[in-house]
Order: sequence, then structure tokens, then C-alpha cells
Amino acid sequence: MTGASPFSYDRLLNTVAAWALALLWILPLAYAVWTAIHPAAYEARFDLLAPLTLENFVKAWQAAPFARYFLNTVLLVTMVLAGQFLLCTLAAYAFARFTFPGRNILFTLVLLQLLVMPDILMVENYKTMRLLDLVDTIPAIALPYVASGFGIFLLRQTFMTIPRELDDAARVEGASALGVLWRVYIPLAKPTYLAYGLISISHHWNNFLWPLIVTNSVETRPVTVGLSVFSAIDSGVEWSVINAATLMTSGPLLIAFLLFQRQFVQSFMRAGIK
Amino acid sequence: MRNVTLKREWVLGWLLLLPSMVLLFAFTHIPAVTTFLNSFYSTPRGRRAAKFIGAENYERMLGDPVFWQVLWNNLWFALGTIPVSIALALVMALWVNDRLAGRGFVRMAYFTPTVLPMIAVANIWLFFYTPGFGLFDQITGTLFGWPATNYLGSPETALNAVIVVTVWKEAGFFMIFYLAALQSIPQSLKEAAQIEGANRWTIFWRITFPLLMPTTLFVSVNAVINSFRLVDHIFILTDGGPNNASALLLFHIYEVAFQHWETAYAATLTVALLLILCLLAIGQFFFVDRKVHYK
Repeated sequence: MTGASPFSYDRLLNTVAAWALALLWILPLAYAVWTAIHPAAYEARFDLLAPLTLENFVKAWQAAPFARYFLNTVLLVTMVLAGQFLLCTLAAYAFARFTFPGRNILFTLVLLQLLVMPDILMVENYKTMRLLDLVDTIPAIALPYVASGFGIFLLRQTFMTIPRELDDAARVEGASALGVLWRVYIPLAKPTYLAYGLISISHHWNNFLWPLIVTNSVETRPVTVGLSVFSAIDSGVEWSVINAATLMTSGPLLIAFLLFQRQFVQSFMRAGIK
Repeated sequence: MRNVTLKREWVLGWLLLLPSMVLLFAFTHIPAVTTFLNSFYSTPRGRRAAKFIGAENYERMLGDPVFWQVLWNNLWFALGTIPVSIALALVMALWVNDRLAGRGFVRMAYFTPTVLPMIAVANIWLFFYTPGFGLFDQITGTLFGWPATNYLGSPETALNAVIVVTVWKEAGFFMIFYLAALQSIPQSLKEAAQIEGANRWTIFWRITFPLLMPTTLFVSVNAVINSFRLVDHIFILTDGGPNNASALLLFHIYEVAFQHWETAYAATLTVALLLILCLLAIGQFFFVDRKVHYK
């Protein structure tokens, strides 16, 4: 099929262009890595033989309470994910398999959240958090995202593809509504949970604006806000240290992505198509 | 008997929904309504409670040059990021979908920016843009002998510099959707066209591109919403400056609410943002509808 010679010339050109773009695309990250693993003296001087060092990472780690920031982010991401899985599963089950008055209106209201994210309503949400006396706590960062319109929609779509016969069979055996959900629906929707989980984790690991507003102490700040605070007082901090800190905060996600590249890409695809 | 089971189903359905609905109302629907209501009141200060002032906030907004500038910036930002990142995403997807040498690396290179936090991305690029010292100035300096340029610090280039960063971050994300769509196009269509003697260019414009139309629309919807929602990098790169040259609407709302503490005026600006999003949604709904019939 690809035997003809003008065809392979075309292919060569495409390959070269694709690679050129790929190198251009990876360049910013590669450059950040380069400055982070070399002494500050080499941050703007390209020398292949420059000595390698981890000193920048050590400096960054000591200059700001990154350990605490990481703990906060992990707590936040876990809290959001656990809440989303629980609440979105229940809501999606209701929308997929139950008939009750008001179902369509409520579903429209859920979909509305795809357009109007909680970040946009930050002023009012901040007031609510003050009213609940939750300002500067990790639950305050998590709560607005727990009932996720996207999650409910995604899981509902998956649940609707599960044949009703399985549902009926489990019921004949005496399973309750929640028993059916637990034994039939959730196991069959595992790929969707994986996809949604990866998207949710990467989204909330990276989220910035709302955490910035609702936190104001080291004990609650996630890494993104911590990083911005760290690089904002940059008068004395060297670029190589800032780059090390930047890589450090995105590190876990980046490594996870490189290890599970296929799952990541497929998750994003799956979530996008449905 | 049947009636009783029906009623039980209703109650069960409502109960399953209850926790989600409580949170959705608490953090999305009720705040949207109170934002609208608060836009007709003055900002409460100290012991002075908010008082009804009618459309005064709206008059102020319409007469506020900063509001118009920010809106204009947002429009320019959308026009600058959306077509470029979508076109790049499509090209990337076509390449990665091909049997290309080193495809794994190329795909990883395109997609990696998507996984990075916007704050980290901004930090990396801030270093690039550093006048005299960053990579940009080093390259243009050695190649063309240009003097050091403060891309982020001058009003003419600040927003464009932000646009470049956004395109870098988003193109790989949109690529994924095109990739998914490309893989669902039956190979037989292309083979049939090849037998008819069509070249790759014709195949792309007559077969692939039209079949990708729904994806293009889906991606556009996402891109437009993102262009009004994505402001994290502005905090790091320019802080909206110089002189609001790179401030976007949501960023401006943040400034008004949490730096000037004018919450009522911020509510008014939020209403404007919600209105824009609704108009976009309605517009796209009709546009998408028409295109789907065409398919």
C-alpha cells in the first residue's frame, strides 16, 4: 500500500514536521528540567557538560513548606474524589433507572453546572463559606466541586448502556435497589470510574483560583497556591530554584502520566466522546 | 398495589438525588440567583448594610472603560487561542494517527502540557519571557541581534504572550478528541477514495474533515467556555498588567471582589459573565443543531 516512492517522500516530510513540532512542544518543559538540575550559574548558559545537581530541589523544599502543601493537596484530591464518586453515583443511578416527577427539570439543572462552574460564582461561594465558618479549611476548597454535573452526566450515560435484564435478574434474586447498584452497575462502570477519577484528580491537583480565594494559611494551601506564593516573593529566589519547585509540584502528576500514558489518553477520550 | 411501588420509586429516586442536589443548589444555583440580586444593591461596608440602588451598578459597569477593555481583551484572547489551538490540535491528531516513526514520543510531547498545572506552566514560560535573560531574548538576540524585549511588560505584547502560553497548554488536550474521532472513521472510506485515485489532500478535505465536524464543534464549545474560565496563568505571568492590558473578565472579577472588596460591583460583572456564557450556549446549541442535521 505504501510502496510508491512519491508517497514515502510525503511521509518523510510529515514525519520531520511532526517531530519538529514535538520538539518545539517539549522544549519549555525540557528547559525547565535543564535549569532545575544544574547549578544556578548555568541557568541561561547551555553547556552539555555542566555539572548535575539536586541542590535546587533541596533549596526549594527547604525554602517553603512544600511537604505540608503536598499533604494538603493529597487530602483535597482524595476528599473531592471520594465525595464525587459517592454523590455522583447515587444521582446518576437515579437519573438512569428511576422515574419520578421533576426528573427532567432536575437533570437540566445538573447540566447547567457544566456551563456555570463554581469558580465563576466565587464571590457568593466565599460568602457561603464564611457563613458556614469554613473559610481556610480543606473542605471549603472541596465542597463546591463534590456534586459534579460532569460526573453525574458521565456516569448516567454509562449506567444507561447497562442492559436492564441484568438489573431485573439481580432483583429477582432479592437484591435491593442499592444492592443492584453495588453489585451490577458499579462493577460494570469501572472504566468510566477510572476515566473520571483520572480527570478529577488532575483537575483538582491543578486547580488554583478557588483555593487561592478560600485559603490563607500554610495548613490549608494546596501546592498550586503554595507555588504561586513561593514564586511571587521571588526577589531573592533564583530561577533554577523556582523551576525546581515548579517541577516538584507537577512531578507526581507528570510521573503518573508518563507511567499510565495510555490510560490517561483513553480516559480523556472516553470522557470527551460521551 | 402498583401505585404503591410507583410512589416508592419516586421517593427512592428523590432520596438518591438529595445529597447532590443540596450541594448543587448551595454552590451553583442559589449563588447564581443571589449574584443577580446583589447586583442591584450597594456593597455593604462595616456597619452600613447593603441598600437597594436599582441599576446603578449596571450604569457604572457600562460606563467603566476597564470593563470594556477587559471584555475586549477576552474577545481577543478567545480569537487568538481558539482557531490556532484547534488547527494545531487537528494537525497533531492527523500526525499521531499516522504510522509515524517514534509516534509514542511525539504523542507524549503534544499531550504533556495538558497534565501540568496552569501555575507551573506559567512559571516555566515566565522564565522564557524574562527580558534579556530568558530563552526568547537569547534566541532573537543571537539570531537577529534584537535588543532585549519585555514581552510581558509592554501593553502591546502582554496579551499575545499570554495567548501563546494558552495555545501551548490547550492544543494537546483538543488533539485527544480529534484522535478519538479519527479512529472511528472507517478505513474503507479512505481506501475507496484511494482506489478512485484521490490523493491525501483530497481525502482530507472531502472525507476526513467533514466527518470531523461534530468533533470540531464539540471542541469549539469547550474552547470558548475555557477562554472565559481560564485565568490561572494571568496571576503569575502579568497580574493583569500592564495597565489591564492582559486582564480577562474573570480575573477582573477577582480583582474587584477580593482586592478592592467591592462585592456588589463584582456581582454585577459576574452577571455580565453569566450572560455571555448563556448567550454562547444558546448560540452554539442552535449552531450545533443545524450542523448535526447536515451530518
